[in-house]
Amino acid sequence: MHNLTIAELIRGLQSKEFSSVELTQHFLTRIAELDPSYNAVITVTADQALKAAAAADQRLAAGNAPALCGIPILHKDIFCTNGVRTSCGSKMLDNFVPPYNATVVENFEQAGAVVLGKTNMDEFAMGSSNETSFYGPVKNPWATDCVPGGSSGGSAAAVAARLAPGATATDTGGSIRQPAALCGITGLKPTYGRVSRWGMIAFASSLDQGGPMARTAEDCAIMLNCMASFDDKDSTCIERDVPDYSATIGNSIKGLRIGVPSEYFSKGLNPGTEQAVRAALAELEVQGAELVDISLPNTGLSVPAYYVIAPAEASANLSRFDGVKYGYRCEDPTDLQDLYTRTRAEGFGEEVQRRILIGTYCLSAGYYDAYYGKAQQVRQLIQQDFAKAFEKVDVIMGPTCPSPAFKFGSKGDDPVAMYLEDIYTIATNLAGLPGMSLPCGMVDDKPVGLQIIGNYFDEARMLNVAHEYQQATDWHRAAPEGLL
Amino acid sequence: MSIERHEIEKLATLARIAIDDSTINEVSERLGSVLELVDQLQAADTSGVDPMSHPMQATQRLREDEVKELNQREALQATAPDTEDGLFLVPKVIE
Repeated sequence: MHNLTIAELIRGLQSKEFSSVELTQHFLTRIAELDPSYNAVITVTADQALKAAAAADQRLAAGNAPALCGIPILHKDIFCTNGVRTSCGSKMLDNFVPPYNATVVENFEQAGAVVLGKTNMDEFAMGSSNETSFYGPVKNPWATDCVPGGSSGGSAAAVAARLAPGATATDTGGSIRQPAALCGITGLKPTYGRVSRWGMIAFASSLDQGGPMARTAEDCAIMLNCMASFDDKDSTCIERDVPDYSATIGNSIKGLRIGVPSEYFSKGLNPGTEQAVRAALAELEVQGAELVDISLPNTGLSVPAYYVIAPAEASANLSRFDGVKYGYRCEDPTDLQDLYTRTRAEGFGEEVQRRILIGTYCLSAGYYDAYYGKAQQVRQLIQQDFAKAFEKVDVIMGPTCPSPAFKFGSKGDDPVAMYLEDIYTIATNLAGLPGMSLPCGMVDDKPVGLQIIGNYFDEARMLNVAHEYQQATDWHRAAPEGLL
Repeated sequence: MSIERHEIEKLATLARIAIDDSTINEVSERLGSVLELVDQLQAADTSGVDPMSHPMQATQRLREDEVKELNQREALQATAPDTEDGLFLVPKVIE
């Protein structure tokens, strides 16, 4: 059952080939047996899952159940789950049990989906390798000496290892797309404002966006149908109808104009990765798409702009973790200052502290205009690049990241080496555009990701293109050795 | 590029993060390497460019000021490190 896609599992449940309880038990057993090798799941909610599965079976028997009813999924441990510990990969929230559900969690619950547990992640979603998690790094199912990517590395590895058919994730600078690429699965970061951020622990509020991870574009469409909604509780959520993403997935892509930005194929790109991406573009050409050379001249500025804006917003967002209202508190504080400063020094890991300090620096008196103001102007330039490109093309494609999964510890002590991992993904967050990654080849026995960037609210078209590609190829069907 | 010790100390105070004296040099070096990266921004010509704070120029939505949710003080305080009579407890602030 673990090799079936969500679409196939839905048909199996509805035709009573198996029950949700059987399905749920199957995945719980897989998690118990296999996850010790990957560390992808922080918390398993077996009892709740089996109860939810039994309830789903009743709904299915009664008929008219929503599509995802009875389908087991995992949530990234950044989404608040009522009564279930939500750690955000941090010691700071190791003991935090939220008294409410995030809107995304609520949407899946309403649909009758079964939550198997919560996935590992870089601490507060800050990282590209999952090495910053308080719970230890996640291992890439394709090569366990390599990183799964980050920050949604647990969700990506879990889907790749068939511990769940789908998982939720979040993306602030590439945290859905890069791990999806490194683990050989399909992941979509929707347009900023498409999916509610309510109850999703904030990192950089103007960039964060939740999205689905699954093995196919068709499954991502099914999940996005459930995740996307207008939510009054998120003031940046856009009030706009949610289309049926599954309805248009099989459309022809004849005449589709694909923009290929020269900046995404420059030095630093692994030759094998480039070859796989070019081959994917050629395949789409065969299907009737047209390749158009474009330029996104300010691409090089996206990483520097991001490392001002994201830490600045993080330093403000993470000020709430003060040892007073919830989460970790240091032992025996001598006074209030000591309580704050020691709680935060002991509760946050090194990378999180570094980003808070960088953000504090960029926002402090005398530096605000030179850093934050300037970065917000550069952000505008980056958005203008995309706007110009989308006058000529329907989607933009290139690699998701410069090379396949790298070994643990190989980015060394210099934080900047890790930051450059997101060079192709960050610009879409700065512009608020949707982006996705899907498997398109292998280099050194490790998966390569093809990135699709769409115009605002054009997720349906991106999913359509990805689905058509997956109809003609079978990279998305490949599985790490021993896991089929 | 590195940041001076007194600047690190000031940042630590502003961010309310205790930094151990023995790690200040290391912190300074790593922050310096990030600042070197972000300093690439200075080369960009942004004259006449408006700063962008929201991708769709969205403005704050307003709503009627009406009570929709019930007070959940007990549920919310159940996760707090220390409370008493509905109040969050912290070390003594006023002598």
